[in-house]
Amino acid sequence: MKALILVGGYGTRLRPLTLSCPKPLVEFCNKPMLLHQLEALVEAGVKHIILAVSYRADQMEQELKSVEEKLGITITISLESEPLGTAGPLALAREHLTNDNDPFFVLNSDIICDFPFKDMIKFHKHHGKQGTIMVTKVDEPSKYGVVVYDAECGRINQFVEKPQEYVSNKINAGMYMFSPAMLNRIELRPTSIEKETFPGMATDGELYCMELQGFWMDVGQPKDYLTGMCMYLTSLKKKNSSLLYHGEGVNGTALVDPSAKIGKNCRIGPNVTIGPNVVIEDGVCIKRCTVLNGAHIKSHSWLDSCIIGWKCVVGRWVRMENVSVLGEDVTVNDELYVNGGRILPHKSIAESVKEPQIIM
Amino acid sequence: MLLKTIILIGGPMKGTRFRPLSLETPKPLFPVAGFPIIHHHIEAAAKVEGNKEVILIGFFQPNEALNKFINQAQLQFKVQIRYLQEYTALGTAGGIYHFRDQILAGKPDYFFVMNADVCGDFPLQEMLDFHRSKPSGTFCTILGTEATRQQSLTYGCIVENKATHEIMHYVEKPETFISTTINCGIYLCSPAIFSPLEIEFKKNLEQNYNCDQDHQRVGYDYTTAPAKEVIRMEQDIFVPLASSGKLYVYQTERFWSQIKSAGAAIYANRHYLKLYRKTHPERLAKNGAGKPQIIGDVFIHPSAQVNETAVLGPNVTIGKNCMLGDGVRVRDSVVLDGAVLQDHCCILDSIIGWNSTIGDWTRIEGTPNDPNPNKPFAKMEAISTFTFDGKLNPSITVIGSDVQVPSEVIILNSIVLPNKELSGCYKNQIIL
Repeated sequence: MKALILVGGYGTRLRPLTLSCPKPLVEFCNKPMLLHQLEALVEAGVKHIILAVSYRADQMEQELKSVEEKLGITITISLESEPLGTAGPLALAREHLTNDNDPFFVLNSDIICDFPFKDMIKFHKHHGKQGTIMVTKVDEPSKYGVVVYDAECGRINQFVEKPQEYVSNKINAGMYMFSPAMLNRIELRPTSIEKETFPGMATDGELYCMELQGFWMDVGQPKDYLTGMCMYLTSLKKKNSSLLYHGEGVNGTALVDPSAKIGKNCRIGPNVTIGPNVVIEDGVCIKRCTVLNGAHIKSHSWLDSCIIGWKCVVGRWVRMENVSVLGEDVTVNDELYVNGGRILPHKSIAESVKEPQIIM
Repeated sequence: MLLKTIILIGGPMKGTRFRPLSLETPKPLFPVAGFPIIHHHIEAAAKVEGNKEVILIGFFQPNEALNKFINQAQLQFKVQIRYLQEYTALGTAGGIYHFRDQILAGKPDYFFVMNADVCGDFPLQEMLDFHRSKPSGTFCTILGTEATRQQSLTYGCIVENKATHEIMHYVEKPETFISTTINCGIYLCSPAIFSPLEIEFKKNLEQNYNCDQDHQRVGYDYTTAPAKEVIRMEQDIFVPLASSGKLYVYQTERFWSQIKSAGAAIYANRHYLKLYRKTHPERLAKNGAGKPQIIGDVFIHPSAQVNETAVLGPNVTIGKNCMLGDGVRVRDSVVLDGAVLQDHCCILDSIIGWNSTIGDWTRIEGTPNDPNPNKPFAKMEAISTFTFDGKLNPSITVIGSDVQVPSEVIILNSIVLPNKELSGCYKNQIIL
């Protein structure tokens, strides 16, 4: 079985992190984002994964070689010379996807959830039509593609992208399963699967959906990345995962890599992810944050809702809050206040950022 | 030789820009570098040979704080100190004229007049020597300093004869530029100054009784009309005396500043602490085993308990019985008596009021209004509290007395009135 993951391009919404690292390789809860999806796909029996990429293909290829070996699968990069949207990449990868008659998965690379791939296969084969979409219930559907469907059998009647008025509270969760025949509907040009392909499939009665259980988040931007992290950690807690940190200073759910060092009198958590080789000095309070590999947080600082990039150094008595994001190798001097600051890589901050802004 | 010093300390209706710090303590008693403002004045005055008495003139009601201060200062400086209360606000010279008998008792040769809302490294001995070198009929020597052209407009401006230092022209707060030499609010007077004071006083009374129209005018408000005994030293005495050969100016380059706002108190705190290096090095904290880390000039009251992991300074004053917990950071701030700073908190450019509590990891931060270091002779900007579009101008954060600030919050550029229990973060606000 195969899967196509829509990785896309520059990952601009997750800058400054994606200035140093392609988005699929940015760690989410101590594992590259892509790997969360890959592991779940492999568990469901997928052997060949195609990554639809329009940027930095070679860097990804390098990094993924070891993953290929470890998981025993094939990873192919499908490089778009011009960005092909959300449907075009399927046409580009047609060759790979049609060499047998099995249905294949298509996923948005930013999705984090309790991946239901095994159930999707069952459901798709049962209804036998061309497409299955996973849907999830959200509070504010107007930001997404909304799905109106028959609750009995799951057949989709209507597919409305970003509706102005309330239509339904179930949205497209960005995970699909298609039969190869469906590829005849897509031309090799920049195409939006939501706007151009799905409405036609719905009218023809070829599109079905299944409701996702559990948490769901599109973690393609910092605010949602942190919300998604909280959801993921909560689900780890429910499963009583041994990965969770119970060491000194813990307060609620926290994921701490064994190689990280945590000082005295700290308060770590709730909802904190600490990556490998991170150093947290004495008296530090961190909540609702991700601290990426090799970062160093000095003593008595206070961090809330931040993403601290790789190898950053945060000084003493620093206060950071309000979805501040530090790119790779950023230094924040002692005693500063960073409120909603987005700091580009290799920058040294010597003055407080009192109101949300971008520091180049 | 017999000298006296008069300190004009004003009253509760003066010094309102110093609120909320002046809501409970008279502004002249506000501690700067660990000691009340007028303590520094008296200390400077007591150093001058022959200075036997200090007279505080103001219109505060008698209060315990003032009495206690006077008793303490008398013991410490071995000069007589007393407080003479004006029956009503009499202006910057009216009180002096009113209490002329007490001032002239014992026939002092000269007397200093010091305003309590200025601070500095006052060269009183030098002023005395200078004054005595001038013709014997000289009424007064004013202490002057340089300001920028722009800022001079908010002070009393002095035009002097460069050779003799006689004051040729004096204008208080002019609208157009007069001179960069400004009046520091410190004067040395000869008893002869009572002559123009008496003339002015009698003139005002004459006018008052000879002018009936005002009183018969409908709506004349007795309560807000200025007392007929008000004499303003600057406008009523100095202005006419310019060019008369009776008024001189002695210029200083030593540190001097007005203390109008909390920001100025922080600035004065810094400079007085720096002065201690020369005058009272024993008052400055030192690094040592089992002690907090000290950077620059720091004053810690002996009764304060400070955790050895704290980092203090530069320019910090810690008051009596304060308690500072693990990993506390304080810089460019004044922490008043009885305040408690809990673990890991960070206090920058702020004043923490008496007996207030700051919670764990909390950040209290202000914005200093220091004089522009790039402009020579620049003084503190007297910025207004609000901008023209109604926003609070960033300034020193002031936490009033008996305030509870919870853990993990930030209080930025805000003013908190006394006895308040905060429940969250505040930025650029006045919290009643």
